[in-house]
Amino acid sequence: MTTTDLPSAEVGKARARKEDARLITGQTNWTDNITLPGMVHVSFLRSPHAHARIASVDLSAARSAPGVFAAYSGADFAAEQGSLPCAWPVTPDIVIPEHPSMAVDTVRYGGEIVACVVARDRYAAADALELIDVTYEPLEPVLDMEAAIADGAVRLHAAGNKSFTWPFGNGDIDAAFRDAPVVVTRTYRQQRLIPSAMEPRAVVCAPLGDEYTMWTSTQIPHVLRVMLALVTGIPEHKLRVIAPDVGGGFGSKLQVTAEEVLALLLARKLGRPVKWTETRSEGNVAVHHGRDQIQRVRIAADADGRIRGLDVDLLADMGAYLMLVTPGVPLLGAFMFNAIYKMDAYRFSCTGVFTSKTPTDAYRGAGRPEATYAIEHLMDDLAAELGMDPLELRERNWIKHEEFPYTTIAGLTYDSGNYEAATSAAKELFHYDQLRSEQAERNAAGSSVRLGIGISTFTEMCGLAPSRVLGSLAYAAGGWEHASIRMLPTGKVEVVTGSSAHGQGHETAWSQIVADQLGVPFEDVRVLHGDTAIAHKGMDTYGSRSLVVGGTAIVNACDKVRQKARVIAAAMLEVSPDDLEWSEGRWAVRGDPDQGKSIGEIAFAAFAAHALPDGVEPSLDSDATYDPDNFSFPHGTHLCAAEVDTETGQVRIRSYVAVDDVGVVVNPLIVEGQVHGGIAQGVAQALYEEAAYDSSGNLVTASLADYLIPSAADLPSFTTARTTTPSTLNPLGVKGVGEAGTIASTPAVVNAIIDALRPFGVSDVPMPCTPERVWRAIQEAQAEGAGR
Amino acid sequence: MRISVTVDGVRYDDEVEPRLLLVHYLREQAGRTGTPIGCDTSNCGACTVLLNGRSVKSCSVLAVQADGAEVTTIQGLANGPGELHPLQQAFHEEHALQCGYCTPGMIMAAADLLSENPSPTEEEVRDGLEGNLCRCTGYQNIVRAVLRAANGTAATEVTA
Repeated sequence: MTTTDLPSAEVGKARARKEDARLITGQTNWTDNITLPGMVHVSFLRSPHAHARIASVDLSAARSAPGVFAAYSGADFAAEQGSLPCAWPVTPDIVIPEHPSMAVDTVRYGGEIVACVVARDRYAAADALELIDVTYEPLEPVLDMEAAIADGAVRLHAAGNKSFTWPFGNGDIDAAFRDAPVVVTRTYRQQRLIPSAMEPRAVVCAPLGDEYTMWTSTQIPHVLRVMLALVTGIPEHKLRVIAPDVGGGFGSKLQVTAEEVLALLLARKLGRPVKWTETRSEGNVAVHHGRDQIQRVRIAADADGRIRGLDVDLLADMGAYLMLVTPGVPLLGAFMFNAIYKMDAYRFSCTGVFTSKTPTDAYRGAGRPEATYAIEHLMDDLAAELGMDPLELRERNWIKHEEFPYTTIAGLTYDSGNYEAATSAAKELFHYDQLRSEQAERNAAGSSVRLGIGISTFTEMCGLAPSRVLGSLAYAAGGWEHASIRMLPTGKVEVVTGSSAHGQGHETAWSQIVADQLGVPFEDVRVLHGDTAIAHKGMDTYGSRSLVVGGTAIVNACDKVRQKARVIAAAMLEVSPDDLEWSEGRWAVRGDPDQGKSIGEIAFAAFAAHALPDGVEPSLDSDATYDPDNFSFPHGTHLCAAEVDTETGQVRIRSYVAVDDVGVVVNPLIVEGQVHGGIAQGVAQALYEEAAYDSSGNLVTASLADYLIPSAADLPSFTTARTTTPSTLNPLGVKGVGEAGTIASTPAVVNAIIDALRPFGVSDVPMPCTPERVWRAIQEAQAEGAGR
Repeated sequence: MRISVTVDGVRYDDEVEPRLLLVHYLREQAGRTGTPIGCDTSNCGACTVLLNGRSVKSCSVLAVQADGAEVTTIQGLANGPGELHPLQQAFHEEHALQCGYCTPGMIMAAADLLSENPSPTEEEVRDGLEGNLCRCTGYQNIVRAVLRAANGTAATEVTA
């Protein structure tokens, strides 16, 4: 493609972001800021029980409360609410239970909606909720995955508590384990997490005749529009979905929610704009959770550390229902357990289990952090078993840089990478050898504060996704992305993108790409997104896809603009298009560069249309839809040094080095920011966060007072650097960066803690590694050691 | 109840319910939607404003408690339209925000921090912003931005 040869003036520049102007001054357009004439507020009554029959719902007192327009129970919507969609039926025999937006006869998790009140303001609605009298017949909750699929378990759904089993693999796994000199078998626990975007969800839905406009705090306005049409039967062309400023998502807003469906149905029923704003405590039980797997893994190796085979058996907690991509999340991990390592055989199986908890779904990384945690933990455990340095073990097994493209045991073809370069850079920045020496000294001295070094040499599959692959995995939609370029008469450019940013900085990065592609100033580009009436086609933002897939669509759309411009320029210059060459935003006569027309001049000529060649439309605008042939594979080496106080269990991250290879970098400022934030979320899983339930099925971390999101005081500064191996799969050479930090950092931190404690016989600490758990792990390991 | 409160330099005389939270008053009655709400347990700090020059989480103050007070929100921090406060400028230049939802509260908390301690260390910035949560940035660039603003404005008092 010619575009790769263009001089890159903007791509690679650390541009401060365009979107900041409104965000730092409070001129924001969050959904909760929207007020419309005649607007009413809805509040939802949620089940306090994890599992119960609804015997009766008495709405009479709520309905007569001051300021109340209406109150409804699930029975009132039974005929029209349909079932919330699951777009990823991973096996032909998967159990997908009916999932009403408002429960009709049974509730299956604490937080499920049972009734609602519509009132003049949120205070009146909240008051009236208190007046609703629901009689429940409590049922036994289903809280433990292993117990849930055992014989005689209480059934959450008529078809039982198992949703599916998805088997996968390649090579002769039995041969790999037969007579293997070393086999390490482990069970790891991925705790349940709450994504916790800072902006709680909000929806405003306004009717206009039989058409509806919905503003919602979503990552997926396009997917949502299709799904709302399919769920409610309201024709798609009568729905417009707008994602205004959206305050973070991390997968939690990659969803079609009960509240969105109900806001639409209420707007239709009442003929008024309806608004709902979530409280944080409501969100903690109602927004889908992430992770939550039991990972039974075993690895077989030769005595020299060469991996023979890997066997993975997962139980994945679906929660009470399957939401948009719930069953697909652990499957994304299926391709990543083998990570950057070569092996003879691989077997994977995942069983999706229903429990009476909030449904799970995508959370930053979605399946890949879970897989990376398991394999990187297991590599450390294998190294300990072999008595090898864990980095040396990795090096023995990883794909060498000269072996790319390389087809892995999981069947993916990694196009490019250089694990040696990233690791070598990370070791140097980290002072690896010095820290190992210090660790040995502390161990020899019997220091009460031990030093551990955690390693994570990770890769990920990004740029979701080739539509054919998604089809083969039974996902209902495609993975393409769309872009339009609108050339304005004055030479300014509007870029319409199907990606839907919620913090990623697309307005800035896309402007940089277009500035290079069309040779216009960065300031002359405006990016439009997040409104189905403006950006009419799109697959939205998740899975580190926007730059890889959406960015390529933009490059292709710009190419079409240039090709149209060439014909018009040739007519203006009275030469043949073949005599023109493109350079720095101009089509100029080859060998006579003074004779040329800038893209702005050509745009005006197209607008005036006075002298266009026959058959040429008076427009320079273009559309492109790009469907990738493959995923992209960013990788990196993260190293964490942790000090562990063996007397208190306190963990302190002393240093953290991240060397990431995300391919070509469009904006280093944005990339670094993504890496920082990603690492922080992964550290949070390792040390702080867990969605915990009590024995009755109550979420006990239902507010930010109980669910511990780390603050600035809880986190260190991270040292970041990059190596660059351009992707060979797209014209920009980009790989994606949104999830890398989160995928890499959790095992780096936990491996550091365990590395510090191996002298005590500790081989695992369940996450989050709180002081109490660290301390207990030491006590238990020592008691076990003493008992031997 | 009747209150008289000055918000970003403009005086408002309003009738409010005694239970109305200051943040809801600012957003829904005074129309200052620049201050967002991130939680309901006063943990996240997204709604931080200055009340008589000191930072408060406006979700944990009643509107009636602001009677007679001066409130400064993110929308009134700069000297005028089109201008940026040094902290706003520093947040922009250091890429201290991604989704931007925590940013108003973070900047207002930092303004108070710098008025107390014009030359903080990194650790003092981290401790000083402990009551404000960000889910996007990992805080590193926020800390950088506050230190940058502190250096740039060491001689100038950060005014409320």
